[in-house]
Amino acid sequence: MEPLREYEGIVYPLNRVNVDTDQIIPKQFLKRIERQGFGQFLFYHWRFDDQGELRENFLLNNEQYRDASILVAGQNFGCGSSREHAPWALLDYGFRVIIAPSFADIFYNNCFKNGVLPIKLKEEEVDQLLENAKQPYYKLTVNLEKQTVYDNHSFQAYFDIDSYPKEMLMNGRDEIAMTLTLDDKITAYEQKKQALI
Amino acid sequence: MQPKTIIDKIWERHIVHKEIGKPDLLYIDLHLVHEVTSPQAFEGLRMNQRKIRRPDLTFATMDHNVPTVHQNVIKDEIARKQMDVLEENCREFGIALAGIQHPDQGIVHVIGPELGLTQPGKTIVCGDSHTSTHGAFGALAFGIGTSEVEHVLATQTLWQKRPKTLQVKVNGKLGLGVTAKDLILAIIAKYGVDVGTGSVIEYTGEAIRDMSMEERMTVCNMSIEAGARAGLISPDEKTFAYLKGRKHAPQSDAFEEKIEEWRALATDEGAEYDRTIEIDASEVEPQVTWGTNPSMCASVNSQVPILENIKEKSERQAVKQALAYMDLQPGMPIKDISVQHVFIGSCTNSRMSDLRAAAEVIKGRKVHPGVRALIVPGSRTVKNEAEKEGLDKIFIEAGFEWREPGCSMCLAMNDDIVPPGERCASTSNRNFEGRQGNGSRTHLVSPAMAAAAAIAGKFVDVRQLETAKV
Ligand code: SF4
Repeated sequence: MEPLREYEGIVYPLNRVNVDTDQIIPKQFLKRIERQGFGQFLFYHWRFDDQGELRENFLLNNEQYRDASILVAGQNFGCGSSREHAPWALLDYGFRVIIAPSFADIFYNNCFKNGVLPIKLKEEEVDQLLENAKQPYYKLTVNLEKQTVYDNHSFQAYFDIDSYPKEMLMNGRDEIAMTLTLDDKITAYEQKKQALI
Repeated sequence: MQPKTIIDKIWERHIVHKEIGKPDLLYIDLHLVHEVTSPQAFEGLRMNQRKIRRPDLTFATMDHNVPTVHQNVIKDEIARKQMDVLEENCREFGIALAGIQHPDQGIVHVIGPELGLTQPGKTIVCGDSHTSTHGAFGALAFGIGTSEVEHVLATQTLWQKRPKTLQVKVNGKLGLGVTAKDLILAIIAKYGVDVGTGSVIEYTGEAIRDMSMEERMTVCNMSIEAGARAGLISPDEKTFAYLKGRKHAPQSDAFEEKIEEWRALATDEGAEYDRTIEIDASEVEPQVTWGTNPSMCASVNSQVPILENIKEKSERQAVKQALAYMDLQPGMPIKDISVQHVFIGSCTNSRMSDLRAAAEVIKGRKVHPGVRALIVPGSRTVKNEAEKEGLDKIFIEAGFEWREPGCSMCLAMNDDIVPPGERCASTSNRNFEGRQGNGSRTHLVSPAMAAAAAIAGKFVDVRQLETAKV
């Protein structure tokens, strides 16, 4: 997993609430057995019409937003199915940071496991960003260490994040390797449990 | 001793390691695996030359992708590959698998309880958000992503932040003809799709105690649609009676001993929750969703909402978006909505009691000529039992298609798809845009309501129909 400490990127505004993981990546693309290559299917039915042609009126298809890597959206982002294909698709497409007033729990966790940073901001702040990003090439900078998001003008916001996922992401840690260092404790737990049965 | 909730009791018993500034490291008692969310996890293990710590606590099946006309005729090459890969992975790592045509095969959340794998007090995970279903037995069961699947395979543990506790208290009794499905939809309609965020729900109250185990599973199944990590119900005599004699449940004396332990798990008198919300069961009527998330739901006897009546901006926007997608007029009666498809199945409503409820409505009647109707039992066991009772004949005579077990039209990953622009009355749990196929429009209902819609070709209040004994 690639560490993320300070990050600057172009913002893409997705002014929708309750975006679910099936909208992020529709189920017909879940049959692959790899982790990579899901980006081409991101927001598939919004980006493409029934003939598979790009929909011109979908903002992400606009040349000016092609290189966006910070996504801003409405509340309850990532609800629905637990599929980790959702953060895989976002990451593979090029999004490293997702900003919304709230996230569904499983999606929120899944992001950290893949080096994607989900940031919860206040609803007014998100509204402000959705507005600002109507201007193409609008950029934001995220400082994970200081837990801040800001632009070159006047926008500045602070966000909350638990210390554990923060540290994991800043250092790009392999969580399984870390847990395996506690192998003795897991074994001890299993033995204690066995004795009870 | 301080009174505790069942959520706290299970949590505390499973902490392997605790450290300031970190979530708790929780032990996992049962890990259920299916074909769609596991291949990348096994691949990750292989790449890092890691082993599976407890294959004996891991159980796999195939459900999401499987065809339901003939299970072993898989036309979709990529789907077949995914199933083959699961089979190879299970063989390589020594995991029990109920694959295609295995007598125990079925939707993962239907077979766990059926086989007695699901038990009170266990921590249960699966790479699927509806894992909350198993909470009906007083287990702490939640959905996880593929990285977490890999983590559990390698370590049999998970780093988990302690959840908040949310009591959903259901007072009074459900009326005649009103089901567990109507209740959970009404709860979500009343409190919203994110009322449970960060929390584990415990359902309590008279209506919950009155429910059978299968009805409790329907309620817990949809906890995730209320945004909760998990949902559970304290075990009682019904729980024990259900589990007795099941294949993987403790047998004879060991079972009796277990009952004592399980009984002690129930929430103590006077235990405190972080939050409590309430609903009066007697006021709940048969529900139909009109929108694109489960909270967009109303009584069959009411109307689609009127935008001007919604005060909050983001909600108005969401409703507008939903009505446009669903192609419904604000203020129109729910009973004026006609359907072209009916799907009875999914981990929410595909068990024996669900099929019986549908059969009672269908018996002696015919499916409306404009409707294609599908019944997909949740497991092979359910299918066999229904056939023993002759339910299949009732369905087939009425014009339903009687299928092989799997997820099927709940998420339309196989051939069972609702075409663009068409409507489906479905007993599943999600009415998101495109859930049952690109452009499809889903209306969530109970099995009896779905059966009634199949016959009328539109929504009707099932309580106004006479039902037959089956
Ligand atoms: S039946 Fe539907 S909700 Fe249940 S596990 Fe299968 S796809 Fe998921």
